[in-house]
Amino acid sequence: MTDLSMAAGTPPVKTKRSVMIYSRYERFWHWSQAILIFVLALSGFAVHGTLPFVKFSTAVTIHSWAAIALIVLWIFTTFWHFTTGQWKQYLPQISGLPAVIRFYAWGILTGAPHPYSKTLRRKQNALQSLAYLFFMVMIGPALWSSGIVYLTYPWWASWAIGTLGLPIVAFVHTAAAFLMITFVVIHVYMTTTGKTVTHYVRTMITGYDSIELTPAEIAYLEEERSGLLGK
Amino acid sequence: MRSSLGVAGALFAVALLFSGVSRAEDVAEQLSSAPAKPVAAQKSSGLKGGTADHSKFEALKGPFADGSEVTKACLSCHTEAGKHFMKSIHWTWDYTNPKTGQKLGKHNVINNFCTNARGNEGMCAQCHAGYGWKDDTFDFSNQNNIDCLVCHDTTATYYRLPNSRGHDACGVMFEGKKPIDLPKVAQHVGLPGRQNCGTCHYNGGGGDGVKHGDLDSSLNAPSKALDVHMSPDGGNFACTNCHVSDKHIVSGSRYDMIAKDEKGPGAPGSRRDIATCESCHSSKPHDKPSLIGFQLDTHAERIACQTCHIPEIARGGVATMVDWDWSTAGKFIDGKGYALEEYKQGDGKERHTYWTIKGDFKWNENFAPTYKWFDGRMMYTTIDTKIDDSEQPVPINAVMGGPNDPKARIWPFKEMHTRLPWDPKNKSLVYNHLWGKDDTAFWGNFDMVKSVAAGMKIENRPFSGEVGFLPTVSNWPITHMVAPKTDAVKCGECHTEKSRLAGLPGIYMPAHSTVRWLDLLGYAMFVTTIGGVVLHGLARVVMGKKKTHGEV
Ligand code: HEM
Repeated sequence: MTDLSMAAGTPPVKTKRSVMIYSRYERFWHWSQAILIFVLALSGFAVHGTLPFVKFSTAVTIHSWAAIALIVLWIFTTFWHFTTGQWKQYLPQISGLPAVIRFYAWGILTGAPHPYSKTLRRKQNALQSLAYLFFMVMIGPALWSSGIVYLTYPWWASWAIGTLGLPIVAFVHTAAAFLMITFVVIHVYMTTTGKTVTHYVRTMITGYDSIELTPAEIAYLEEERSGLLGK
Repeated sequence: MRSSLGVAGALFAVALLFSGVSRAEDVAEQLSSAPAKPVAAQKSSGLKGGTADHSKFEALKGPFADGSEVTKACLSCHTEAGKHFMKSIHWTWDYTNPKTGQKLGKHNVINNFCTNARGNEGMCAQCHAGYGWKDDTFDFSNQNNIDCLVCHDTTATYYRLPNSRGHDACGVMFEGKKPIDLPKVAQHVGLPGRQNCGTCHYNGGGGDGVKHGDLDSSLNAPSKALDVHMSPDGGNFACTNCHVSDKHIVSGSRYDMIAKDEKGPGAPGSRRDIATCESCHSSKPHDKPSLIGFQLDTHAERIACQTCHIPEIARGGVATMVDWDWSTAGKFIDGKGYALEEYKQGDGKERHTYWTIKGDFKWNENFAPTYKWFDGRMMYTTIDTKIDDSEQPVPINAVMGGPNDPKARIWPFKEMHTRLPWDPKNKSLVYNHLWGKDDTAFWGNFDMVKSVAAGMKIENRPFSGEVGFLPTVSNWPITHMVAPKTDAVKCGECHTEKSRLAGLPGIYMPAHSTVRWLDLLGYAMFVTTIGGVVLHGLARVVMGKKKTHGEV
């Protein structure tokens, strides 16, 4: 029972408090990744020929450098995940999946409460986490790995003569790119579905959201991590 | 036939009528199109510095009765030059390709311009570096028959005449040319300049720029935009700066090409013995560490340097011929041969579009080459080839190599299309006897069956007695007229839907090669999602619901 809010049998009285739920690095990571993916999508589809008004060599240069930047960011973020222990964020969500599936299967019919509320340690609801999971596990890696292989083409070009090597890599990359831009549309739209249209975006910019906290959590935060608590 | 000619003559004011059967002085004019300017100091790969002043040699004081006497004088000092030169293709006109085993050389091949030198030596051997080759009696072992001056004259006053007379009407050829001052020429010899090589190589096919599309008199004094290497404002290279020679054997013959030079320049100071771009520039020449530079080096693995760096053919104001129809040769107006000049090229000069002795011509300049995979081998359709005419046009020199061959690269070519006389029964090309003062030469008698029969008789080759006209194509690798790098073909000219390389097998190029169904599916998914999101958002607004989520 690592999660404080789910520990108690009888729920304690909770108060809404403004808490920093996205750290400075997380926000930096999120927004720089967002910008890079935006740039990559635009330049990538220029390379693909979808945006013929962009000079091809310009598109290639931008796409390649942005890709390299994204890889660097990625390496840093992986490092950050492990040094901060943030990688654990993903574990309880995966183990909690049966609960949310049960909720959507029959709990919703019997008036059971939603198994998740946004808490100190958990930032996404079940559908979101599924979508992100798909993104993190499928589209992202497919795009990045095919992109890296594509990027290193000069090194394997002579080996691939007479094979379908390049067309296949390009196919995977292009297919994943289509999924990615589709995901981005859905993702951006989902951010408008908070309390207000801009609520989530503001949270991701400021890092603060109001969350229901138990007295124990408030006491813990006030004593140990006062920087995380807003007014 | 006559009536259509009448119409043509009336329609075009530029139509020129001549009293002679052929406008022979025109040949003269075309063949000597290089403006007569002495060779300025051009950069050659040969010896530099000059330790001998030829004007001080007793042997060169003259007088000389003819060119052959000059040669004798040359050889009296250059004792080995004759032996060396006699091994070169410039002398033998005979070459067996080691890769394909085909017997080539100007003496043997048939091209789709003036067809064959064989049997027409009296005219064609004007471009043989020797004196007097007009028939099979020519003595190839006599060193005094070598013409040193055509390559080594630096005064630009030396010229050559056909070795035999053509038909009577061709007798006017070269009339009005100043006699050559042989002692003066002999005393002013030097390394060959562009115009020396150009005397013949500009004029292949019968006139300035006709054959190659990347070799014409505009290279005598090219702007930098036309040719970075040869321009006096650029490298001012003589041809021999790249086409290095060893004992008078000049490198870089089209009969055996290196489509991909992986050796590059070799160790510093090592001798270059080939004329490839890479022999100076290496195979990875692009600016680095620029990302595009790396990409371009990778491109060079599969794409010849020329493909990007020679954006267009015939850029110097001299047009090149792209189409020739021999089947229309031999038309007359009022019993007389004639020529039309309905093409005006970049430098203002008008070019023949019809000529009784040759047929109809089409010209072009400033046009993109045709691109083909090429591994350095060409298979020639020779006089011995049994032709398969099921697929037309029949290639005169089929470009070999494909995408799966690592030695092959994509090369630029000028395609020449010709309806060429052939023997449709025996399915073979034919030697056509064009030139001569006899009753069979086509230029004079205008009877193709007779002239082909005479041509085929020289080597006792079978001829059915029937002459047809076969659509053919020849491929001329484009390798001169290298533009400044800023004028190289832009990425987007190939990486686009209407690519320069469209139709080539085995290529994947982003922006050109797309998987159609994937694109359709992808765009549909993206657009549908946007539509769905917009609809959902509208529904939220309409229903006044700000929140769609239960939590938070
Ligand atoms: C680590 C991430 C990425 C890497 C390493 C990468 C690398 C590449 C490379 C090397 C190319 C070939 C063209 C070129 O030389 O520039 C390419 C093409 C392309 N990229 Fe990326 N890319 C990445 C991310 C993305 C993203 C996020 C998108 C779009 C959302 C994208 C969309 C495309 C598209 C559509 C093409 C054209 C494919 C084709 O037509 O062959 N890429 N990418």
